[in-house]
Amino acid sequence: MHPEQPFDYWSMVFVFVLATFIGIGVIRRVSRLLHTPLMSLTNAISAIAVVGAIIVAGSDYPGGIRIMGIVALVASMTNIVSGFLITDRMLKMFKTPRKGERE
Amino acid sequence: MTVSLVQLVYLVATVLFVFSLHWMNDPRTARRAVFAGVAGMALAVLATWAQPFVEHHGWIILAIIAGFAIGIPLSRVPLTAVPQRTALSHAFGGLAAGLVGTAKYYLWYGEGQENLTTFRMTAIVAEIILGFLTFTGSLMAAGKLQEIRWIPQRPVTYRGQNVMNIGLLALAAVIGIALIANPTAPWAPKLFPVVIALALLFGVLLIIPIGGADMPTVISILNAYAGLSAVAMGFVLDNKLLITAGALDGSSGLILSIIMCRAMNRSFTNVLFGAFGQVQQAARLGEGKVYKAETIEGAAQVLEQANLVVIVPGYGMAVAQAQHKVRELYDQLKKRGVTVKFAIHPVAGRMPGHMNVLLAEADIPYGDLVEMSEINPDMPQCDVALVVGANDVVNPVARTDTTSPIYGMPIVDADKARTVFAIKRSKNPGFAGIDNELYFLDKTWMLFGDAKKVMGDLVKQLGDAKGMH
Repeated sequence: MHPEQPFDYWSMVFVFVLATFIGIGVIRRVSRLLHTPLMSLTNAISAIAVVGAIIVAGSDYPGGIRIMGIVALVASMTNIVSGFLITDRMLKMFKTPRKGERE
Repeated sequence: MTVSLVQLVYLVATVLFVFSLHWMNDPRTARRAVFAGVAGMALAVLATWAQPFVEHHGWIILAIIAGFAIGIPLSRVPLTAVPQRTALSHAFGGLAAGLVGTAKYYLWYGEGQENLTTFRMTAIVAEIILGFLTFTGSLMAAGKLQEIRWIPQRPVTYRGQNVMNIGLLALAAVIGIALIANPTAPWAPKLFPVVIALALLFGVLLIIPIGGADMPTVISILNAYAGLSAVAMGFVLDNKLLITAGALDGSSGLILSIIMCRAMNRSFTNVLFGAFGQVQQAARLGEGKVYKAETIEGAAQVLEQANLVVIVPGYGMAVAQAQHKVRELYDQLKKRGVTVKFAIHPVAGRMPGHMNVLLAEADIPYGDLVEMSEINPDMPQCDVALVVGANDVVNPVARTDTTSPIYGMPIVDADKARTVFAIKRSKNPGFAGIDNELYFLDKTWMLFGDAKKVMGDLVKQLGDAKGMH
């Protein structure tokens, strides 16, 4: 790992820009019916901040820093758990159209 | 776990996240989306945890248990409270990003100052500003939505508000730039909390002037900020999984914000800095106008004889928890061979898609939930438009009156139906403080009362009438 090399952060910027385009492309096709569950789903996915929180909370860092990591970990885990559960709860409610009806 | 194995797992998690969002394009595949998301998240957590430098397992386990303890009750809130829950989880996301950024800065300041490169420092400053302003901003939004007493519901505006808000943000940015230029200066760790404090304050002040009708846009914008703060964290930690997942969330927030803004014919800046409250005084015109009230019996008769009934739900339906009664009415009318559709305005309710979820909860098949743009061409053939707790989204003033604050906003053309019934709790104007022209048309009849009660009475009336056949 050589974070000081310009090469490294340029690749991150590339990843960011390309991921944004993929995100826009995918999200634009999401059914408007599902915008509320979409938001709770992306909410859970962006709780991927949990990765950073685990690193800060679990590494051998000074106590004060780890406490911040632990609080961040609680916050992200809350988002993961409640985000996925409520998304599933909402999606279960969307019943398929009855027979003979056009979608 | 070796570095490349961890990266491989992260890559798989990224792919799962993209598929997860992809499957949201159809209600039939949508539940798969949750499984993919959970799988991706579980992989990411385990791979991170299994790295050798993560050694304090006890605290991690405790924190995870705490996350479940808070998260499970939060996922069981009534669906009318979903906007608040969503705002609250944006707040948690912002807090997590802000804290990790702060922790990393002080860590590197204390040991390994060579890590504080300009690029990283820029990312840290972006992460804490975005993270902490999302934190307080979302808490405020959640408080407003939950109608907590000491948070004003109506937009609060004062002279020089925008100048002050932008000034605060600019000040935070200037200090941030000073930190980026001198991350290891002896004064830097003392100035760092000032940036945090300014971001926290800015978040509060940003939401104070925003009213309930703008909440769908604001929640979407906060969603984008929460995603971007995760991206910034990815830049700080050299982690491409964070960057991709954050970018997916950020672009989702961006697209939803654009859809919401278009549905209100407003721009981002107008929503954030052009509080609706400022036009409130000018808008109260129609003092002399009178409402025509209709009885439950009369309304039931008209509904019964209709071919096509379009129900236009709004936030009032959510407040009154009337969705289940609406469903009973839907059943009664369907039994009589009446076609019933729901016209869904994109900003009806307090968050994107709010009405769809409430009606789906009440077991209404989603095929009958029709988007505004698709139902409007059919409105002239509609016999009865039944407005349940919607107001501004059916106000024809948006088409005609250039001085109205909602001018240009696309609306559900309820006024083109042959008859309009509007359920309204009181005779006061709606959230934007504007009289609704629809209510004073010749063909409009008002049903005053709580939406749930009026709906219940209609259902009862139809049920009784059926018994007499």
